[in-house]
Amino acid sequence: MTTELALLLAQDGVATGAIYVLVALGIVLLFLVTRIIFVPFGDLVAYASLSLAALQAGQLPGTIWLVAVLAVLAAVFEAAGLLRAGRLNRLPRALALWLVLPLLPAALALGLAGRDIGDAAQVLLTLALILPIGPLLYRIAFRPIADAPVLVLLIVSVVLHFAISGVALLCFGPDGARPRPLTNAVVDVAGMIFPGQALLILAASLIAGVALYVFFTRSLTGRALRATALNRVGARLVGIRPGVAGVVAFLAAGLLAGLSGILIGPVTTLFYDSGFVLGLKAFVGAIIGGLVSWPGAVLGALFVGQLESFTAFYNSAFKEVVVFAVLVPVLILRSLASPAEDDEEAEEL
Amino acid sequence: MTALLSASGVHAGYGHVEAVRGVSLDVPAGGVVTVIGPNGAGKTTLLAALMGLLPATGHVTYDGADLADLDVEDRVAAGLCLVPEKRELFAEMSVADNLLLGAYAHRRDRAGIARGLDDVYARFPRLAERRAQRAGTLSGGERQMLALGRALMSRPRLLMLDEPSLGLAPLIVREIFHIIAGLCETGVAILLVEQNARAALQSATYGYVLEGGEIALHGPASDLLHDPRVSATYLGGDAH
Repeated sequence: MTTELALLLAQDGVATGAIYVLVALGIVLLFLVTRIIFVPFGDLVAYASLSLAALQAGQLPGTIWLVAVLAVLAAVFEAAGLLRAGRLNRLPRALALWLVLPLLPAALALGLAGRDIGDAAQVLLTLALILPIGPLLYRIAFRPIADAPVLVLLIVSVVLHFAISGVALLCFGPDGARPRPLTNAVVDVAGMIFPGQALLILAASLIAGVALYVFFTRSLTGRALRATALNRVGARLVGIRPGVAGVVAFLAAGLLAGLSGILIGPVTTLFYDSGFVLGLKAFVGAIIGGLVSWPGAVLGALFVGQLESFTAFYNSAFKEVVVFAVLVPVLILRSLASPAEDDEEAEEL
Repeated sequence: MTALLSASGVHAGYGHVEAVRGVSLDVPAGGVVTVIGPNGAGKTTLLAALMGLLPATGHVTYDGADLADLDVEDRVAAGLCLVPEKRELFAEMSVADNLLLGAYAHRRDRAGIARGLDDVYARFPRLAERRAQRAGTLSGGERQMLALGRALMSRPRLLMLDEPSLGLAPLIVREIFHIIAGLCETGVAILLVEQNARAALQSATYGYVLEGGEIALHGPASDLLHDPRVSATYLGGDAH
C-alpha cells in the first residue's frame, strides 16, 4: 500500500468516523442520564434525513403522523396518571406540554408543505419535527419503568426500534432519499480534496463532543443529569426530578439525531431501515470508548470509521464483520483492565 | 411552641401491607425528636411517607402548610431533608460532586453554595481530605458523614435521619451522635429514627416508641430513658 492510498483511506475513515461520532455521542448521552441503550437513535437519524428530503421535494414528511400518534398516546398516559393521582387540576398544563407543544411543528409542516420556504427554514423545520419524538417515546415507553434493570430497558428499546422503523416504512416508503447538501464547497489541503459537507460533519461532531464533555463535567445541571442515572432515589432526595432529567436528555439527543440526519443524508443515502446498522456501528464505537466517557466515544467512533475504511479496501464483503468482531477482543481487554467496575455493573443488572 | 412538622393519623405502606397505622407526632422548630422501636416497627416507612417517597394518607403539615400537594422535590426545596438508611449517595461521583448536588435545590445561589461547602468541610474535615475521592470508595463512617454533609448542603430546616448509626463501629457511632448534637445547635430541627435507643434518647428532647406501626408510648426523652417499659425492651434492662 502506498502512503498516498493510506492517506486517502484514512481521510475516508475520518469522514465515516465523524458520522459515527455524532450518533455515538447521542447514545452515550442517553445511557449516562437514563441507563437506556437507545437502539432507535439511528432510526431518528433516518427520519431526519428522509423528512428533509421530503420537504425539499415539496412533499409532506411522514414524520408528522408518527409525532401525532405519539403525542396523543403521551397525552392519554398523562391524563390517566393525573386521574389516578386525583390531580386533574394539572391536566391543562400536561396537555399543553405533551399534546399541543409536540404537535406545533407538525401543524407547521402541514401548513407549509409544498411551499418553497428556503433551505434554512427547511432544515429548522426538520429539526423541530424530530425533536419531540425522543421525549414522547421516553414518556410513553420508558418513564413508567424507569427503575427497571438495564436489560429490561434495552429490550423495550429494541421493540421501539422495530416499531418506529416499521412506521418509517409506512411514512416514507421503501425508497431511499437524499437531501441536498448544505454546502457544495470543496476544500483543497496540500493536494487532498475535502468535500465541505464532510468537514461540516467533522466540525459538528467535535463541537458536540466538547460541548457535552464540558456540560456534564463542569456544570451543576450536567452533574445532576448524571446523578439521576447513578441513583434515582438519591437524586430525588436532593431535589432533582428524574422525569425532567430524562426529558432534557431526550431533547438533547433528539437535537443530535436531527443534526446527524441533516448532515449525513446528503453523504450516504438513508433508507427507512438504515438507522439500525448506523446506530449499531456507533454503539460499537461508544462501547470501545467505555459507554460512559465522552472522549472515549469520540475516539472509539473515529476508530470504527478507520477500521471500516481500511477493511473495505482489502475486502469490502468483510467490512461489517470486522467492525463487529473487534468488539470481542476490546471487551476482553476492557474487562481485564478494570475487573472491579464489572462487579458493580453486574450488581446493577 | 408551635410544631414545625405535625403529623396526625398517618397511614402508609407497600401495596396492601400497611406498615404505619395511624401515627401522630410533632417536631418543634429547632428541636430533636426521636422515634425508637424494634426492627420492622415501621420507622423507615414513616420517614419515607413524611418525605413523600411513599403514598400516605393522613394529615401532615409542615411550617403550617399541608404537605399533601407537595412531591419529594418540592419538600426538599421547602427545607425538608431525609438522610435515608441506605445513604443513597452517588457512588461513582467524587465527594465534592456529591456535596454540590446536595445544593441542587438552591443551584442559582452560587455564593451560598460555596459558603455551604466551606461549612460542611469545616464540620467534617475528613470529607475535605477526601473531596476528590469517589464516594463509593469511602468507609462506612465516611459515607454517613457524606450523607449528612450532602443533606446540610440543601439548607434543611427539618433533618430526618434514618438509622444514622446503623452498621458503624462504636467509636464512629459516638462521633456521629456528637455531630448530631452539634447540628441541633445550628437551629435545625431533627427527627431521629434509631435502633440504638439509649444514644437516641440521650440526644433528643422528646421521644416516641413505635411498635407494630403504632405509637406505643411517647413523652420527654429523659422520662422515656427511665421508663421501666422502655428500659426493659430497648435499653437491655440495665438503664439504672
